[in-house]
Amino acid sequence: MVRVAVTGLGCITPIGNTVAEFREAMYEGRSGIAPFDRTARRFPGMTGDDPGLRFKTTGLVTNFDPANNPAQKLSTGIAASTDPSAQFGIVSARQAVEDSGVLKHYDPSTMAVIIGCGCGGRAADEEANRGLYTRNARISPLGIVRAMSSSGASNIAIETGVTGPVLNISTACASGTHAIGLAFHMVRSGQAAAAIAGGYEAALTWGFLRAWDSMRVVSPTVCRPFAADRDGMTLGEGAAMLVLEPLDAAVARGAHIYAEIVGFGMSADAHHITQPRAEGAALAIRRAIDDITLTLGGPFMEPHSGEMSGVERSLEHTWASRIGYINAHGTGTPTNDAVEAAAIHQALGPHAPHIPVGATKSLTGHSIGAAGAIEALATALALDAASLPHTANVGVVDPTLDLDVIVDAPRPLAPGKDVALSNSLAFGGLNAVLAFRRHER
Amino acid sequence: MDDIASRVIELVAQSKKLPVTAVKLETSFDELQIDSLDKINLTFAVEEMFSIEIPDASLNSLKTVGDVVRGVEKLRAAAPDDTA
Repeated sequence: MVRVAVTGLGCITPIGNTVAEFREAMYEGRSGIAPFDRTARRFPGMTGDDPGLRFKTTGLVTNFDPANNPAQKLSTGIAASTDPSAQFGIVSARQAVEDSGVLKHYDPSTMAVIIGCGCGGRAADEEANRGLYTRNARISPLGIVRAMSSSGASNIAIETGVTGPVLNISTACASGTHAIGLAFHMVRSGQAAAAIAGGYEAALTWGFLRAWDSMRVVSPTVCRPFAADRDGMTLGEGAAMLVLEPLDAAVARGAHIYAEIVGFGMSADAHHITQPRAEGAALAIRRAIDDITLTLGGPFMEPHSGEMSGVERSLEHTWASRIGYINAHGTGTPTNDAVEAAAIHQALGPHAPHIPVGATKSLTGHSIGAAGAIEALATALALDAASLPHTANVGVVDPTLDLDVIVDAPRPLAPGKDVALSNSLAFGGLNAVLAFRRHER
Repeated sequence: MDDIASRVIELVAQSKKLPVTAVKLETSFDELQIDSLDKINLTFAVEEMFSIEIPDASLNSLKTVGDVVRGVEKLRAAAPDDTA
């Protein structure tokens, strides 16, 4: 098996449009969630200053200006034929590719682009349909290519020249994680020499906001995952991209290695379109842990003495005891966080209460198809710095969850606990879990 | 049976694809296997039908069809000029 390194990162998020800005905001606990501000973003179709929603906050990307900012510049053709969602993806992919230098070292015909996007070009589609149904307006000939879900993947391939496998993965809130996991497996197996993988989403249209409002799962205050008084998720948007390549080659060329990806597990609840089930998420966690052994072998632990529970015995020869951080799906809804906590306990047994857990959505909001990619990026940065970011907005952690939630300030990665998980649990019961490992230089 | 009750019963029956006769005021959501998503969907339909807004805080107290009917009556009484 080829070991896989993360050698490039890029992002457009509510807490920063570069990785440096993201890292700084993440460790300062500076949230990108803010009240609606009509001067910051006009949602076409929204009338009046009060949107009349139960929730009053979102995590919006700001200062994204591809027309005027050279760092975000898009060719005229790409700018015209894309929705802002794909534009977030293209610009963040460009950052990741430049960060890693991957295109100088790999034949683009051997590389893959695997991208997650749950909602496609919803803003473009909604605006075109609004014109059609209210004024019988004609629809731009670019309406189809702006709205298609694979727009980002195709345009990233066009911009980078990658001619290997290019895919869009659409699994709602797990899209970005599934994309990175699939890319990891492709590089590990040799199916792709290197990969650009991540997720993007910019679905915060007036129709999208109204639809979420009707579901009554969005916080009327602010997302505070695992808090005793949590009251819902906060919607966000953004993109994050990772460059994956073989570890040996990355070391040989002196690339900066943020972290290794060492495992990926996925599962389906096969249960309900919105209600998560702990058994499904636990299975994905367990599969990610077992996948680490496929990548690395080992971990050659000392034989355990004394009584062991069933879960403990099943984990005895796995990397579970090396897990030092879980970047949780952590949406902040009462149900998600309780079910995710139950899944962590089911999968990790006696280790569960002692593993530091954090939730990046407290800073960025929930960006659907981009969320898993943004959280993978946060996890890679955390291992790179050996410092675990804290969960913002949390006063008192829900004691019934029995988790070690990181609050108030970042915490050092514990010695010998060099493995981290990043969980994504999507609507429809689609679960994806990535396992990362710190790269010691 | 008054108009509100019969309209709510009709909505519930439609949402679960049941005959109207299978839904009574005392029928519980558990009996009808109405899960959390069904409940939100039903709440939305009731809000649309009666031009009311059912507050989040009251959702947990809705356990039977009759609870919904009484909730609608109360909200409509608080807004007597409603034309729905």
